[in-house]
Amino acid sequence: MSINLTTPEAQIRENRLSSITGYKGSIKDLATQAGGCSLKSGERGFTQTTACSLGCAQGQLVLIKDAAVVGHSAIGCGSDTIQSNINNRRGQFSRELEYTNINYINTNMTEEATVFGGAAKLREGIREAYRRFNPKVIFVTTSCVSGIIGENISGILEGLAEEIPVPLVPVHCEGFRSKLWASGFDAAFHAILTYIVKPAEKKNPNLINIINFSGIGRKEVVRLLGRLGLVPQFLVQFTTVDQLSKISEAAATLSFCGTLGSYLASGLEEHFGVPYIKSLQPHGIAGINSWLRELGKVLGREEEVEKLIEEETAAIASELEELREKLNGKRVVIGMGPSFSQNYTRLLQELALEVVWAASWHFDQRHDYGEIPATILDLAKNEKDIPACVSELQVHEINNLLRQLKPDLFVCRHPGMAIWSAKLGIPTIFINDEYQSFGYQGLINFGNRVADTLANPTFVQYLASKIKLPYTNWWLEQDAFTFLGEAPPKKKERITKAVV
Amino acid sequence: MAKAAKKIKVIEQVRYSCALAALHSVLAIDRAVPILHAGPGCGQRLSTALSTTNGYQGTGYAGGHAMPCTNSTEAEVIFGGEKKLKELITHSLEVMDADLYVVLTGCTADIVGDDSTEVARGFQKQGKPVVCAQTGGFSGNNFVGHELILGAIIDQYLQPSEEIEPGLVNVFSIVPYYDAFWTGNLEEIRKLLEAIGLKANIIFGPGGGVNALNKIPKAQFNLLLSPWIGLTNVQQLEEKFKTPYLHYPVLPIGPTETSKFLRAIGKYAGLPSEQVEASIAELEKPYDYYIERSADYLLQARVGLPSRFITISDSFYALGISKFLVNDLGLLPGTQFIIDNIPAKYQADLEKEFKDLSPTISAPVVFTNDSGTIREKLRETKFRGKPLILGSAWDQMIAKELNGYQLSVSFPVADRFILNSTYIGYNGALRLAEDIFSVLVSSNY
Repeated sequence: MSINLTTPEAQIRENRLSSITGYKGSIKDLATQAGGCSLKSGERGFTQTTACSLGCAQGQLVLIKDAAVVGHSAIGCGSDTIQSNINNRRGQFSRELEYTNINYINTNMTEEATVFGGAAKLREGIREAYRRFNPKVIFVTTSCVSGIIGENISGILEGLAEEIPVPLVPVHCEGFRSKLWASGFDAAFHAILTYIVKPAEKKNPNLINIINFSGIGRKEVVRLLGRLGLVPQFLVQFTTVDQLSKISEAAATLSFCGTLGSYLASGLEEHFGVPYIKSLQPHGIAGINSWLRELGKVLGREEEVEKLIEEETAAIASELEELREKLNGKRVVIGMGPSFSQNYTRLLQELALEVVWAASWHFDQRHDYGEIPATILDLAKNEKDIPACVSELQVHEINNLLRQLKPDLFVCRHPGMAIWSAKLGIPTIFINDEYQSFGYQGLINFGNRVADTLANPTFVQYLASKIKLPYTNWWLEQDAFTFLGEAPPKKKERITKAVV
Repeated sequence: MAKAAKKIKVIEQVRYSCALAALHSVLAIDRAVPILHAGPGCGQRLSTALSTTNGYQGTGYAGGHAMPCTNSTEAEVIFGGEKKLKELITHSLEVMDADLYVVLTGCTADIVGDDSTEVARGFQKQGKPVVCAQTGGFSGNNFVGHELILGAIIDQYLQPSEEIEPGLVNVFSIVPYYDAFWTGNLEEIRKLLEAIGLKANIIFGPGGGVNALNKIPKAQFNLLLSPWIGLTNVQQLEEKFKTPYLHYPVLPIGPTETSKFLRAIGKYAGLPSEQVEASIAELEKPYDYYIERSADYLLQARVGLPSRFITISDSFYALGISKFLVNDLGLLPGTQFIIDNIPAKYQADLEKEFKDLSPTISAPVVFTNDSGTIREKLRETKFRGKPLILGSAWDQMIAKELNGYQLSVSFPVADRFILNSTYIGYNGALRLAEDIFSVLVSSNY
């Protein structure tokens, strides 16, 4: 089994999925090498600030409605809960829910705690979280400080078990443990799988788990799956603990993002018998078709799915053709997490755009169910190869790459990225909402957004004419990957089969 | 008198960040670049909090993901990270175009005991403009971090000056980025000082930078315009360069405090009082014009006016805003919550200021950094009419519960987009009045 629920924490992605953060090559090469031992992560001699597991773990857990999170860290590690609270508002707004603040307490580890331990503060944090929020579960997130000083989190939580009558759940997400911040998703989902999810008492044949982020644009999923008589439930943000405990009742799990969903979906499949639909993600026509067809196959509803696909495709055909004519041949560079990067590479080609480079922030060589991500295998089947890199949010690389390639458009995801292409005068689309290009109508909406972005580039042009990049002329003349060291020499054998 | 809040050590809702978050004080110096020796998430998280979710200030010249960082992982934790830091600084000097490089350490580097300052010293010996501040998050909050960074620059970078420039004043005041209005506020301080005939040397924001840093030793005196943050820095400057300092603890908002402030600083600088008085008379005119115009509304809207105002903010704003609302607009204070973890030795002075807000009015003060404590205290309070909560975006909820008005002025200002607004001086007071009463007129009181 690849998801081990008997251990207190999820293995980090470097070890579990052989994920890498440094690479330059192409999509076909990545797909060929993926899954085995041959692809090694390149190291950099110069690095800019990235992200860490804690952010990803905390960001998921603080948005579970009736849970509380106690962050056992210095106060700085609690800082991005401000952003989480903004996400909370946005989610509540789109669901027409009453506004509330998130339930988060930070133990404020100071010098004293690093010397004598922070057990007393952690106990106080948990007691206060219980008293103030009356939560159904309390998650305790760890940090660099709690990890390095070797705080016995499990021991402290066990000691409080009799006093606090709700599950006290450790979430191991120390920032220094993994270079892949997505390891934090796994840490959060490991905690949910081990402490919250219960075996199904009865199965609900029409209920489908959808793993997504904030789920702003759920309506279209509800509509599409509704046409198949299915009811989606969106995980894990904005669910209740009770709902989470019953996600094993679902007939299948779909995910919006292979990076986000892999651990939870695989865990549900392996340990709770909920099939994970191992398809492309539902961005663009091929993506949504694959998503629905695989689902139809698992549920035995192939015919209904084919009918749905036919009707939905026909409904957008003329608009799509217009868009393709308008956008034909515009050159695009992509920079996103691996799942989004791969899925958007496909989607942008559906809009007749030319993807001249696909950067991803990391690359998972396989998913938790043991296979190479379907998205990269799908891209590698194309005749045309696309240059690609794995760039760990290194904006110095991206800046030089964009200067060299001069694309018509940069499409990116991850806060803090859009500004660096815009400063070069390159029209930029920032994908914040994961539903932005969902399904058939989503593709049309997104295509129009691309057309609009290209139609009026004055803002980025003005920026570029006035703003100096923070780099020396020396650096700007270097190759983008000057500091990316060669990966160690290739080795043979693969763990799983690469199908290219 | 301050009431002793229940001794809560944990913090619900983040109203300040850690020492490393003061990397924003580096970003606020034109053409200075921070180099982080920290874990992989620190830079992003702190940048999100203090830039993005606090007035949507953005990353500026070299913030956000442009900041060089060792992104320390297991290897640096186990084997130490000095070698990696040295390599990073070497390459940062090649890649990043800057006049000053400030190395800041995070929790990991400081706990494992890397001698980062020594690594930076190696570069200083080669004549490189590199300094290092140890700002491990556990060592204090971002106010302490701000002082540590300025301290490192003063100690490791500034050189003595042969001459003193009469009338030149170094301004040490609000904390950049943490105060979402910092650029506008510093600009307003500059205008005020220049109006009475002084030359303000302001390090942070547009027009400051390394030139301003280099001028520090030439100043006639240092002005610390802050209840407590920066006191160690001006003391350090007195020791190093024999520059005297004036500590003025009240952020001047509104005519009463601003005129008082200008008189005090004019006197300290040895300016002729007629000159200062003439300037003040000019500065007050526009304020008086607008206040006369708005008086109709302020008088006729009495039924909707807030019954008591509560501040939930750092000591800068709490005191400055309270003095303005009490002395110039005739409002009455409720409890003032001071959230900046002000060291015990400065608390008594601040309490005294609140005790004497005006000859007849004083306000109770609670020192706490925990929102749960604040919430419970407010729930216990009996308000007659609508309270006005001047706090952060977190406080929308409690304001709603209390059926009050709310305006975010203090970190995190996550519900407003801030560019060059200021709350300081005569103009700033008008702006604050606009913002407060806009909340009133847009609500259905």
